[in-house]
Amino acid sequence: MSSPVATCPIAIRIQEDDFDIAREIAVLTKSRTDIGAVVSFSGICRADEDSSKIAALTLEHYPGMAEEEIKRHVDEAISRWPLNGVTVIHRVGRFEPGQNIVLVLAASQHRRAAFEAAEFLMDYLKTSAPFWKKEESATGTGWVEAHARDDEAAARWAKS
Amino acid sequence: MKVKYFAWVRERVGKAEEIIEPPATVRTVEELIAWLSARSEAYAYAFEKPKVIRTAIDHAHVKADAAIAGAREIAFFPPMTGG
Repeated sequence: MSSPVATCPIAIRIQEDDFDIAREIAVLTKSRTDIGAVVSFSGICRADEDSSKIAALTLEHYPGMAEEEIKRHVDEAISRWPLNGVTVIHRVGRFEPGQNIVLVLAASQHRRAAFEAAEFLMDYLKTSAPFWKKEESATGTGWVEAHARDDEAAARWAKS
Repeated sequence: MKVKYFAWVRERVGKAEEIIEPPATVRTVEELIAWLSARSEAYAYAFEKPKVIRTAIDHAHVKADAAIAGAREIAFFPPMTGG
């Protein structure tokens, strides 16, 4: 008996609307019995940034490139780990603390690949997908500065 | 070629996109940044720290020494802060 060929559906969406994590996992795993692990990461708008209070964040993106850049990293993740499905949803627009911003789902037969691929995708989303955050606080509005720690997190995955 | 600006680069330049026709002597991304910077105070302000500016040609990240010949769309933006 031949084993079923693993397929890896990819879903990449940039949208203003919120997402439902449980529904996205159900879509990814529907009619699949080869998936043994789904790791989900969600990024949420928080109220504090380096000790200042945030009232809201506005996410801007580069339409076209954002989808293509995410796809390039999803393809790389699929080449590096045995994945059975990947979903990336990034919201754009204005968000208040507590609201969802980003969702990454990585499915695999075993947990290790799913954990690592989800972390890899998030590290690259932060440093190379063309999105920018502007924050509103009591003192006014300003663009969020990139953090060196995010570059260092992405650099960990570079192949030597 | 079409040029697009995002986030604070867009705000400083004062427009989201435009069509430009740089002279043939402008060959690389860094030369294009220098050429744009000389256009007005707004561009000079947007590109005052050229090393901070990130560039994409036809939706792919490129370095400052990348050639611009044949580019359909060049985008300038600050370091990314999504996720």
